Amino acid sequence: MFTENILSWIIWFPILSGLLILWVGRDDRVLWTKNISLLASLFSCVLCFFLWQRFSIEASEFQFVERYDWIPFFDIQYYLGVDGFSVPLILLTSFFTPIVIIAGWTVIQHRVASYMAAFLIMQGLMCAVFMCLDAILFYLFWEAMLIPMFLIIGIWGGANRVYATIKFFLYTFFGSIFLLIALLYMHFQALELELAESFSLITFHDLPLSMQEQTWIFFALLIAFAVKVPMWPVHTWLPDAHVEAPTGGSVVLAAIMLKLGTYGFLRFIFPMVPDAAAHFDWLVINLSLIAIVYIGLIAIVQEDMKKLIAYSSIAHMGFVTLGIFIAFRLLEAGNIEAAAMGIEGAYIQMISHGFISGALFLCVGVLYDRLHSRRIQDYGGVANRMPKFAALAVLFSMANCGLPGTSGFVGEFFVILSAFQTNAWYACWAACTLILGATYSLWMVKRVIFGEVRQPGVSALTDVTAREFFILGVLAVCILWLGLWPNPLLDTIHAPVNHLLQQVM
Amino acid sequence: MIFDDIFHALPEVFLLGMICLVVLADVFFSPKSRVLYSLTQLSLMGTAFLVSRSFSLDTFVFFDGQMILDPLASLLKLFTLLILFVVLLYSRDFMESKGLAKGEYYILTLCATLGMLFMISGNTLLLLYLGLELLSLPLYAMVAFLRNEDMVVEAGMKYFILGAFASGLFLYGASLVFGVSGSIELSEIAASLETGHAGNPLLWVGLVFMLAGFLFKLGGVPFHMWLPDVYAGAPLSVTLLIASAPKIAAFAFMYRILVIALPALIGIWWPVLTFVAFLSLAIGNIGAVSQTNIKRLLAYSTIAQVAYVFLGLMTGTLEGFGAAWMYLLTYTLMTTAVFGVLLSLSCDGREIIQIDDLKGLSRHRPGMAFLMLVVMLSLAGIPPTVGFFAKFVVLKAMVEVDMTAYAVVALLFSVIGAFYYLRIVKVMYFDEPDRVNLPVTRSVAVQWILSLNVLMILILGIYPTDFIALSYALVVL
Repeated sequence: MFTENILSWIIWFPILSGLLILWVGRDDRVLWTKNISLLASLFSCVLCFFLWQRFSIEASEFQFVERYDWIPFFDIQYYLGVDGFSVPLILLTSFFTPIVIIAGWTVIQHRVASYMAAFLIMQGLMCAVFMCLDAILFYLFWEAMLIPMFLIIGIWGGANRVYATIKFFLYTFFGSIFLLIALLYMHFQALELELAESFSLITFHDLPLSMQEQTWIFFALLIAFAVKVPMWPVHTWLPDAHVEAPTGGSVVLAAIMLKLGTYGFLRFIFPMVPDAAAHFDWLVINLSLIAIVYIGLIAIVQEDMKKLIAYSSIAHMGFVTLGIFIAFRLLEAGNIEAAAMGIEGAYIQMISHGFISGALFLCVGVLYDRLHSRRIQDYGGVANRMPKFAALAVLFSMANCGLPGTSGFVGEFFVILSAFQTNAWYACWAACTLILGATYSLWMVKRVIFGEVRQPGVSALTDVTAREFFILGVLAVCILWLGLWPNPLLDTIHAPVNHLLQQVM
Repeated sequence: MIFDDIFHALPEVFLLGMICLVVLADVFFSPKSRVLYSLTQLSLMGTAFLVSRSFSLDTFVFFDGQMILDPLASLLKLFTLLILFVVLLYSRDFMESKGLAKGEYYILTLCATLGMLFMISGNTLLLLYLGLELLSLPLYAMVAFLRNEDMVVEAGMKYFILGAFASGLFLYGASLVFGVSGSIELSEIAASLETGHAGNPLLWVGLVFMLAGFLFKLGGVPFHMWLPDVYAGAPLSVTLLIASAPKIAAFAFMYRILVIALPALIGIWWPVLTFVAFLSLAIGNIGAVSQTNIKRLLAYSTIAQVAYVFLGLMTGTLEGFGAAWMYLLTYTLMTTAVFGVLLSLSCDGREIIQIDDLKGLSRHRPGMAFLMLVVMLSLAGIPPTVGFFAKFVVLKAMVEVDMTAYAVVALLFSVIGAFYYLRIVKVMYFDEPDRVNLPVTRSVAVQWILSLNVLMILILGIYPTDFIALSYALVVL
């Protein structure tokens, strides 16, 4: 029953169960609501693992393709399929929903049903974005995803939540406009050439476009995806959104939503407008380097833990965009292996950043639930009261600054290595992150975790509960696993990376 | 022959008869008994039934070319009558508690309906004008129905004076067109222009004057001044009546004259509409941002929404016309739903006036808040709602004729639009309530129809195929 329509199951099961919970969930049946939500999210996790099991890593074409007419009048289809770029991200998405639900188990006190439903619906929508092979279907999910996030930040967020959530929504909505226009433009180009399936992304991949057209489309897509990544200088919504969002919202935002932007780079910009992208690669590379260095410096001076992690997210996403666009330089030089390594590094960084930033936000959430403060100066000496928590938090911080053996190291190392083969300066600037990352992560650890207990609140802290320990522990295992043995992930993305590079050449 | 003509005009004849009946019934039944209400709804349904009976894919021109019955007319009439039925249903509780539920109110509504039917199936300039007046005069009176309130009198006067002025402009323009082409029948005007009067400047002047008349009714800038004041001043149920079905009639009127009679002058009306559309987008969207009164906000939002209809029309292609129709029908669906929610929250006669009256609505009226949320997302054009697809088809038609830059500008304005629609969502979902226990209508029929209305917005947003096909059929058939 699942094999034929497994992708639809992965999309619609969480969405429908979310709607069901919204419909029947009452505030006087909280436990019931939570249990059902957890079951639903675990079931979708199982579905995703099932997908991973059946997925063939040798093939570079799309698998599990589902295709139905949706609006035949406009040649728009319900067209789904996955390749090696989608599957790990889908797994990551479905992995985080149970984590978020468990993390909010006791913390969320009002409107529990809506909270759980919002995350389930958002999971389905985000998974869908990674599967869509039809441009309009993609756009539909891409936009629809904003609604639950908007409500999550706005309803369960902090004091300044309204400003943050409207800023988040408008920024992303603004970016999407250009995406829509670019998609429509490519559709009419495909129609003019009388290509079949004129809204399919695969058709767009093979579209012959002049350099001028490519340039316009490149910038339109760049704006759309750069806002989402976010790249400097359109990153300003992210710190606000992260700070105000509830812990679960921050986790999903950092772990998955940012990846949608870089996924867009790989799925849209790279194969659709390769010439323009190669021509303007200096622009993206420089923006990425600015993000890595400048945002890294900004992160150091933050006094709010969530803001610090938000800025470190921007810096780390800079690595992803750097790794993707450095590939164009290497391709020009004919160094295909290094180009492949750059993209693979970028991809590993995407997944690894998902785990690490998610884990760090959960750590802040653990502290915030106890002391209701995110300010670094309100803590100090937490290790004395919360030894288990301290051990995990230090591990995550180490991973954040790229300690070998953790997943943070692999991606950064790959990207720096391939950057070295184009221009030593790029590599040097990128390598700054190892110092900057260590500075802001470890300095925060020093001020929050270590030292003497100075604040009265800290001395009353209790260590993590079994529930919290479980979710942080699972994430720690994932981070170490990816750091020590990244081969399963590398094998999965090997075929699509090669396919992508062939398309571009 | 005459019997055939009457047969084609049977819905209008029936409605006229029912109007007389309601006038009579008004003498015998007290407003409290709901007989008049039921009779009015019955006449709307009866007319709709007759319209559906007379539906055919052929085109009939009857009463010496005065009226036309084509699939466009039948479908639009059906939609208009349905919308009016829903409008009256939503308004009932409010009207009763506000003292609006009198015989005059129903009679005027039915007269306006008759006017709309004539506007939709008029085939000569004269009959279209009569339809316009038959629609407008009852509306002027209805705006000022509660004549003891200050705002109401101002709104009524403003609407009447500006409306009469716009009708005058239209009539003058029509007379010039008649003077040049020698006919008042739309298809004959088109034929005479083909044989070469199209270069006559008098015709251009006439066209521009007529455009002023349409734009006034639809609320295009610079003829939009009346909208915020009339929307805010009129009783909520009348605002809904003005905002919904008459837009369909007015656009049918505009469409028949521009596309059927004057396609030869597209070179003149294209730039005018472009100008109007972008001005409307700018003024509507920017004007709405600072509003605190929800009816004024919706008035500005109407100005911005209607601009998309002009954008569809200005492409000058069949795709564009179809898109314009789809947008207009979607707009009507959404407007009816918004006011439906507001009316059921005002069912005790205390109107929702300020946006802040909705504060914390999701706490004590989660159902209503959810309905409003969906409609707001749809108005902002965010999938998965039909509002997204309505914008999408218009933009698609624009990109198709190489108006990509225009499309980008239109979308940039929709970002501003998203801001004020989201502000309503913010007030409902993120703010703490300060006016606890807003009343909500107890009528099961209203609750069901309102939910169905909003469900349509969602379903058509997920599966818009047939709706798109229908809108294009309006143009092609």
